[in-house]
Amino acid sequence: MRRVAITGMGVISALGRSVPEFAASLCQGRSGIGPIESTDCSQLRFQNGAEVRGYSHRPYFEDRRADFIDRFAQFAVIAAREAVTGAGIEWTPELRETAAIITGSCVGGQSTEDIGFQEVYKFGHNRVHPLTIPKTMANAGASHISMEFGITGPSFTISTACSSAAHAIGQACWMIRSGMTDLAITGGSEAPFSFGILKAWEAMRVVSPDTCRPFSKDRRGMVLGEGAAMLVLEPLEAARARGAQIHAELVGFGMSADACHITQPSAEGAARAMRAALRDAQLAPEQIGYINAHGTATPANDVTETAAIRAVFGAHADRLAVSSTKSMHGHGLGAAAAFECLAATLALREGVLPPTANFNEPDPECDLDIIPNQARRAQVEYALSNSFAFGGLNAVLALRKG
Amino acid sequence: MPDDMSERVLKVIATSKRIPLEQVTIDSEFQQLGIDSMDAVEILFALENEFDISIPDDEVRHVRNVRQMVEGVEKLVAAKSADTAASQ
Repeated sequence: MRRVAITGMGVISALGRSVPEFAASLCQGRSGIGPIESTDCSQLRFQNGAEVRGYSHRPYFEDRRADFIDRFAQFAVIAAREAVTGAGIEWTPELRETAAIITGSCVGGQSTEDIGFQEVYKFGHNRVHPLTIPKTMANAGASHISMEFGITGPSFTISTACSSAAHAIGQACWMIRSGMTDLAITGGSEAPFSFGILKAWEAMRVVSPDTCRPFSKDRRGMVLGEGAAMLVLEPLEAARARGAQIHAELVGFGMSADACHITQPSAEGAARAMRAALRDAQLAPEQIGYINAHGTATPANDVTETAAIRAVFGAHADRLAVSSTKSMHGHGLGAAAAFECLAATLALREGVLPPTANFNEPDPECDLDIIPNQARRAQVEYALSNSFAFGGLNAVLALRKG
Repeated sequence: MPDDMSERVLKVIATSKRIPLEQVTIDSEFQQLGIDSMDAVEILFALENEFDISIPDDEVRHVRNVRQMVEGVEKLVAAKSADTAASQ
C-alpha cells in the first residue's frame, strides 16, 4: 500500500482568496463572519454569514465561460487552480488520462436554481433558462475542473451534507493508496446564499442570530459559509522523487453511519468514525495531538462531539488540543471538511494550532482544551479532522506532519 | 378564549406528531410524548401557520412541555392583537 501526500492546496473563502490569506486569518483568529451581502436578509431571523465578500467572476473567468458555471463551481475551479499551480504538476498525456477528481458538494448550484424557480413560481413566466440544470447539478464543480485541466480519469462528486468533502478526500486518498490513480484533485465547494435555502435553514432553528461560538456556553448555533478548498494528492514516494513540497501526509480515513436520527447527532456514531480513522492510520489514540472539530456551535453538536472525543481518547482527551475553525470560515456545508482538512494541514505544517474564535464562556459539557480565541504554537505529529453530517453520515480524516 | 387557544395548540401538536389527540394534555411533557428537537421545530412551524405568529428562537429554547408551549403562544397572540389594535 502506498503512502499519500498532500502536495497542493487551494482555497477561496471568507478568510481570503488564497492559502496564505486563509492561513494568516486562522493564525490571527480573525473571523470572516459578517452581514450577508449577496442576498437580501431583511426577512430573515439571521443576517450574518461567512461570504466571499465582493466576489465577481471577472478576475477568474471570461464572461461567456462564467455564463456556464454557477458560483459554487467557479469556486471549485479557482481553488483547484491554486492547488495545481502550487503542486507544480507537470502534465503528461498519461497523467491527464489517469488523474482523478473527487469533489464534495451538499446543495450544488442553489442560486441558479433559486432564480429559475422564481421565474416560474413568482413571476409566472413560462420558461426557465436552459443552463439551469447544468449549472445546478452538484457534480458541476468536478466537471469544470476536468475541463480546466483536460483531465479524463475517474471523476465524480460525493454529497453527504456536511461530510461531503471529507468523504471525497478520504475516497481520493484510498484511490491513491491502492494504486488506482497517481494524482487526485479533491475537496469541496459550496455557495448556499440563496434566499430559499436561507429560509429553509432559518426554519430548522439552528442558525445563530449573531456569530458562531463553538463550545462556548452562550453558543446559539451555526453560521453558514461559502467557498471551496481543493487539495492535490499524490503517492508520497513519487512526490518526494520529483522534489515536491509535502504539506502533510493523509494517513487515515474512517466512516460510519449513526442509523439513529435524521438530524440529531450521535456520540456513538461519531466515536466509531474517529476509531475507524485511527485504525485505518494504524495509530493509537495517544498519538493524536490536535483535532479540528466538526464544532458547529449548535447546542447538540458540541456536547455530543465532546462526549465522543472523551469516549475515544479517554484520559488523553485532556492532553489533546481541539478547535473549531467554523468560528472563522463558517459552516461551508459540502466545502466544510475541505476548509477544515486544509486548516489541519496548515496547523501541522506551520506548527500553529488555529483557535476557536468568538469564544466567551466555558461550558462544563464541552470541557475540552478548545484553544479559545488565540492561536497556539505547538509541534504536533498527528491530527484528525472530524465531520459529522445531518443524516448521521460521519467521516474523519487522519493527517501526519509532512 | 384561552381554553379554545390551548385546544388548538393541543390539536396542532397531535396532528404534527401524528398521535391521537387524547394523548396530548396540558400537563404532557414533550419527553412523554416522544417529541424530540426536530419534532418540536415542526410543531413550532405548524403553530406559526395556525396562529399567524412568528415565534422567535429565544422564546423556545427552554420549552419542554405543552403548558409552556400554550403560554408562549398565548403571549405572542396577545402581543399581535395589541399591535393590531394600536395600528387601528
